[in-house]
Amino acid sequence: MPRLSYRKALNRALADELARDEEVFLLGEDIRVAASNVTAGLLKRFGPERVRDTPLSEQAFTSFATGAALAGARPVVEFQIPSLLFLVFEQIVNHAHKFPLMTGGQCAVPVTYLVPGSGSRTGWAGQHSDHPYSLFAHVGVTTVVPATPADAYGLLVSAIRCDDPVVVFAPAGAMEVRADVDVASLQPVPLGRGVVRRPGDDVTVVAVGHLVHDALAVADDLADQVSVEVFDPRTLYPFDWDGLLASVSRTGRLVVVDDSNRSCGIAGEVIATVVERVRLDAPPRRVTRPDGAVLPFAPALDRAVQPGREHLRSAIQHVMKDG
Amino acid sequence: MTDPVRLYRTVRLIRRFEERAIELVRSGHVVGGIHPYLGQEGVAAGVCAALRPGDVVAGTHRGHGHVLAKGADPARMMAELCGRATGLNRGRGGSMHAADFAVGVLGANAIVGAGGAIVTGAVWARRRRGEDLVGVSFLGDGAVNEGMLLEAFNLAALWQVPVLFVCENNGYATTMPVAGAVAGSITGRAEAFGIPASVVDGQDPEAVRAATAAAVARMRAAGGPEFLEARTYRFDAHHTFEHAVRLDYRPPEEVARGRSRDPVDIAGSRLPPDRRAEVDASVEAELDAAVAFALAGPEPDPAGALEHLYASGLTARAGGG
Repeated sequence: MPRLSYRKALNRALADELARDEEVFLLGEDIRVAASNVTAGLLKRFGPERVRDTPLSEQAFTSFATGAALAGARPVVEFQIPSLLFLVFEQIVNHAHKFPLMTGGQCAVPVTYLVPGSGSRTGWAGQHSDHPYSLFAHVGVTTVVPATPADAYGLLVSAIRCDDPVVVFAPAGAMEVRADVDVASLQPVPLGRGVVRRPGDDVTVVAVGHLVHDALAVADDLADQVSVEVFDPRTLYPFDWDGLLASVSRTGRLVVVDDSNRSCGIAGEVIATVVERVRLDAPPRRVTRPDGAVLPFAPALDRAVQPGREHLRSAIQHVMKDG
Repeated sequence: MTDPVRLYRTVRLIRRFEERAIELVRSGHVVGGIHPYLGQEGVAAGVCAALRPGDVVAGTHRGHGHVLAKGADPARMMAELCGRATGLNRGRGGSMHAADFAVGVLGANAIVGAGGAIVTGAVWARRRRGEDLVGVSFLGDGAVNEGMLLEAFNLAALWQVPVLFVCENNGYATTMPVAGAVAGSITGRAEAFGIPASVVDGQDPEAVRAATAAAVARMRAAGGPEFLEARTYRFDAHHTFEHAVRLDYRPPEEVARGRSRDPVDIAGSRLPPDRRAEVDASVEAELDAAVAFALAGPEPDPAGALEHLYASGLTARAGGG
């Protein structure tokens, strides 16, 4: 079976949707030459009207996409650095997200914001290493963080077809993941539905994005001591609460590993929702970046503030001991 | 209906709509207040008189005039101000977000300068489909200092999108006078991007109509954007709230001078007195009906407070315990 890379899966999703629907078009910085490699080959195939390089003007082209969507188009905006989302938070949250309600249902804003390489790309330092998905979940913008090539394809396709704005975070830590996937079998993956990546009985580990792979590795390492279930939510907003609650109700223990800052992060929301609904056997734990983290440059410092396998292993052992 | 009559009717309609809306603010029927357009009616009326029904506009937080001039129903607009289910936005938008997509109004927008890029994208997307239309982005003098708007100028000029940026220079951004806020010139902002810019007397609706018609004709022929600075004056407060806090930032003689050039009188002077009286009576009747319609409308059902939040049909989790 061919090996499909996560990056190629994103590329294929864009190509398939551009081919399927004339209203889909791409815009972003340096996408003609495919600086992130995600748009490789698309200019040649679809032309500059559908694959539009933009000047460095994130706020205007993000709202340009909103306007195009109001007129019936389905823009996909690529941001090559996650921190650019801070620049356009206003345009996404205050306009794209609010227009349908504020107009009393007169419009839809089907824009996809694609962020390949979100999170730390070791050595890119403070302003290129954020992973701001929790902000979008907080304001209620549909937020997806695929972990695998098949999900990268399927969730991006669903995002483009969704009538609401959707932010697709493709973690830097997942971009080089490859999997044995029959390309012909690739399917849209529904938004808002998580998946159990590894069944287990003792503890549910909720892992976001690339951390799914770390969670699976840790679960394997601990297999002779603990039976770990790994739950990949895939979509952070809307979150698959039913799927998660079913898992935690069985295991009775919860650990969340999430590559965003601790305060008001998605990990806190996962824990709060679970403890509102399930009586756990042990206090839950979360493994995150520190409060207010800014990623330092030096590789050892960069790694020091990211949630790692050792932290996760320790958290799992704690919840087993505590309960 | 001849053009002078139509122009006068629009100006008069906006004026009386605003005055009736202020009455409804004072009587508590409009909650949250409004940003009155009094004095600036000639701009919206003149610009929209030069547009076709299929053209699109994006307004500002001082947006009632733009929405009415483009053809929205005053009764549904008034109902929106009153927060009724019968309003243009079903009571979800209110004064600052009034929108009527059916007549090409992409919405008033409460974020200064935000409409420029939105209308540029909307016009671009529809022209890509082969539709022949132009767009208008109304903005205030405060907006010309917003970076996002300048980025929008660049995109519209670079990609040759026919959007007319209409700057309603009423002299103040809230309480900040233009002289204290704008380095360089307002038209110079657009000219820096190669966008043809002109200045018009915003108190004369016919002058605004003619300037807009000329700009729109050039845009339809050449494809690119244009910029029009309409010099106008806000007769009343920035917001109805202003009277309560007694802001004092404009010299009385300046206000008197500004009010002396009233677009209603300027447009009205071009009609025979009896014709003007007929229009006034018909506007009054329409607004009586609009106010009655607004006040008779049901309030929206609180159970549907977040209806329309998601076009995809997603429903939000409840916030209660």
